Amino acid sequence: MREEWNNFNSGIWVKEINVRDFIQKNYTPYEGDDSFLCDATQNTKDLWAQVMELTKEELAKGGVLDMDTHIISTITSHGPGYLNKDKETIVGFQTDKPFKRALQPNGGIRMAVKACEDNGYTVDPTIVEFYTKHRKTHNAGVFDAYTPEMRACRSSHIITGLPDAYGRGRIIGDYRRVALYGVDRLIADKQQQKATTRKTMYSDVTRNREELSEQIRALEELKELGNIYGFDISRPAQNVQEAIQWTYFGYLAAVKEQNGAAMSLGRTSTFLDIYAQRDLANGTFTEEQIQEFVDHFVMKLRLVKFARTPEYNALFSGDPTWVTESIGGMGIDGRTLVTKMSYRFLHTLVNLGTAPEPNLTVLWSTRLPENFKKFCAKTSVMSSSIQYENDDLMRVTHGDDYAIACCVSSMRVGKEMQFFGARANLAKCLLYAINGGVDEVSKKQVGPKFRPITSEYLDFDEVWDRYKDMMWWLAKVYINTLNIIHYMHDKYCYERLQMALHDKNVTRWFATGIAGLSVVADSLSAIKYAKVKTIRDENGIVVDYEVEGDFPKYGNDDDRVDDLAYDLVSTFMGYVGGVHTYRGGIPTTSILTITSNVVYGKNTGSTPDGRKAGEPFAPGANPMHNRDKNGAIASLSSVSKLPFKYAQDGISNTFSIIPDALGKGDDVFFAGDALNVDGMKLD
Amino acid sequence: MKECNSGAIHSVETFGTVDGPGIRYVVFFQGCPFRCLFCHNPDTWTPQGGTQMTVDELLAGYQKNISFYKKGGITASGGEPLMQLDFLTTLFKKAKEAGIHTCLDTSAATYSEARREDFETLLQYTDLVLLDFKHSDREEHKKLTGMYNDAPLAFAKLLDEKKIPMVVRHVLVPEITDTPEQLRNLGRLMKQFKNVVGLEVLPFHQMGTVKYKNLGIPYPLEGVNALTKEDGKRAKEMILKAYKEA
Repeated sequence: MREEWNNFNSGIWVKEINVRDFIQKNYTPYEGDDSFLCDATQNTKDLWAQVMELTKEELAKGGVLDMDTHIISTITSHGPGYLNKDKETIVGFQTDKPFKRALQPNGGIRMAVKACEDNGYTVDPTIVEFYTKHRKTHNAGVFDAYTPEMRACRSSHIITGLPDAYGRGRIIGDYRRVALYGVDRLIADKQQQKATTRKTMYSDVTRNREELSEQIRALEELKELGNIYGFDISRPAQNVQEAIQWTYFGYLAAVKEQNGAAMSLGRTSTFLDIYAQRDLANGTFTEEQIQEFVDHFVMKLRLVKFARTPEYNALFSGDPTWVTESIGGMGIDGRTLVTKMSYRFLHTLVNLGTAPEPNLTVLWSTRLPENFKKFCAKTSVMSSSIQYENDDLMRVTHGDDYAIACCVSSMRVGKEMQFFGARANLAKCLLYAINGGVDEVSKKQVGPKFRPITSEYLDFDEVWDRYKDMMWWLAKVYINTLNIIHYMHDKYCYERLQMALHDKNVTRWFATGIAGLSVVADSLSAIKYAKVKTIRDENGIVVDYEVEGDFPKYGNDDDRVDDLAYDLVSTFMGYVGGVHTYRGGIPTTSILTITSNVVYGKNTGSTPDGRKAGEPFAPGANPMHNRDKNGAIASLSSVSKLPFKYAQDGISNTFSIIPDALGKGDDVFFAGDALNVDGMKLD
Repeated sequence: MKECNSGAIHSVETFGTVDGPGIRYVVFFQGCPFRCLFCHNPDTWTPQGGTQMTVDELLAGYQKNISFYKKGGITASGGEPLMQLDFLTTLFKKAKEAGIHTCLDTSAATYSEARREDFETLLQYTDLVLLDFKHSDREEHKKLTGMYNDAPLAFAKLLDEKKIPMVVRHVLVPEITDTPEQLRNLGRLMKQFKNVVGLEVLPFHQMGTVKYKNLGIPYPLEGVNALTKEDGKRAKEMILKAYKEA
């Protein structure tokens, strides 16, 4: 074994690129408490004070402190940048200084120009000319191929949020590989892959060979990025500081190349803990030093910034980068994957204060160590900054080395990636079914001219029948739109570095999304269990509905309507599964709008559930506002009946609750001895 | 006790977090004989309202989502659950048979020695009682609730005899229950019972106002200031001090 690997247990990971095997053979589960954690060092405090000062300046300048308008961002485009070189233990910024946003036009030059203009900057005209005349972008490619029908669907908002003008994101490179193997070994592996492609040059083989060449080139550039900061990352990392630094270089190279809608980190903490354990045992570093490395790493992740337009930020309610790091979870052998490093990562919320990024995500299992659960709860109460996701559910599909991209998209690290797919508005689709493809807002014929429903009162069987036809049409146009988008993204904005940190054979999830679930479920329920009268304009287009009588509403654990929600998801996904997907992508969906439900509602007419035109949808898979009457568990039960099998890209139910409504402190009960209550205790 | 499988239910809260330990399935019974001035659920007063539900229906609602209730259980609240004693007993009996933790949230307004045996039967199936004790003074209790505090005291005594753990709940209302004298008396009174395992002081709030408006009933405490958490904490300390020194 290489000397960098001294004291590590050997395994198949030595022979092949296999980070999971390395973790399984070497990690130390931790079931203790948080008493070992160290506070922020003076250097950390100084650096963070500097960051806070820069943040203040950035806010004072309207949200952007500086933008690069001359240099197109690549892995090696910028010289080294520091906050304070003497104090930083983990280094690297996207440009030559912190808070300066990079110019990344490959997704679309118009978006890049607009992001600068909206913030008071002007992109170098020669760059604009170059990307208009000489070098095509992803955005330009997509619009060359779109059909008139796709454009109509896009402008009527029956399909929305398409990644056709910006980077799609949602791909996680296995950045740990850089630390474990060093870049040279990864290059050798990719060269081997290139040497063993099929030999008949079908278009997919040609594409594959070109992509592998790009990947190798990106890895060479990654090595150069290390050199720029004075590190030789061609070899494996030999201690925890290097392991964090190498991993971060991998990630940094990705965000220098891609301004993706979500640029997630993966699942690094337990991997890194193996190095920390070895260094602690060897006396290489102290616990305080290791916490400092982690604090500085997380500080860097907090400072990932992209040039974006105000509209983009409005849609996502902020300036999110989705640097999601997945923490904890259980291994398939029953051991917990919680390590001391899981604690150290979460402890940054104390040492650096609370922050939305990186999006620290605990993979929750009922079997997590009790101490860790308590620590998570404590840190959550203090910071309100931890996301929790159901490991018990996802481990079944993805094993125990998956990570979350964005907020809920799960994928095996380095083995699976996702084609991000925006959303189809199923509520609008229902209105199209009723109006024979005529858009209820613009009154244009957007969908196919199917027979409209002409009766005064809606009949469930008739509506469901027409709705299925319209969903089938929508599924086809939606998936084909995405096929174009991902073809062009691969062609003009390929994630060469991130894909270099993937296996040869990658599983591609073809993500779709649906909006308006509870609107449709309640609408169908109203049609089935109450009487819904149509109100038509002078041309016979239904523009409003009157509901007579009551009907079961989604969100009350009532199977009569929850079954309709189930049918909706499974039927639509059945149609999606019937459409050809680009690169053999496996279709899945998400029911996941978190803020954009307001925008979808704005563009959708009145619906048969009594919702008026323009009113917001409920977010994600939430029940409609105020329609759930039996408390949170009934509401959650309705949501949990949705088939995860079809919606593996995530089902969200947003609900907020005031702390007092979450229960009382233990202080209601007496501490037995103090009050001498005869030791009478509750179970 | 007669088995009684159907009762009047005001509503069910599937995510009860403040009425007993853990996450609880809270069944709000319809009907209450008290007319507490501060009541924030006047819609539960009349025994004529509510929905008829069976024990099996209620337990099915619990079993359906049992994974949420692993560290919780069922709480009967209201209204006054003891008004439907037979139904309540049947519910708790079947719940215990299914291994469910049972908690009774009551002001014990309808307790009577005449039905002592029936109450004893209920207590066989009751794990914890949250006794909502309104006022330590007999006369003041009547002013506040419309009835004397004899029944609640007798019920507490029975609980003590049967060794059923009891948490005392007390609503703190400005100028009615928040006087130092009242609070100290309450502490001393609690000392009579050996089964008190906890004390919860609930500061008065105005969240019931809307319900009064909807029901067209005048709200006796309209305009009375809500109290803060800190007020509640201070009152609790005062009660406990008297309790310890008694």
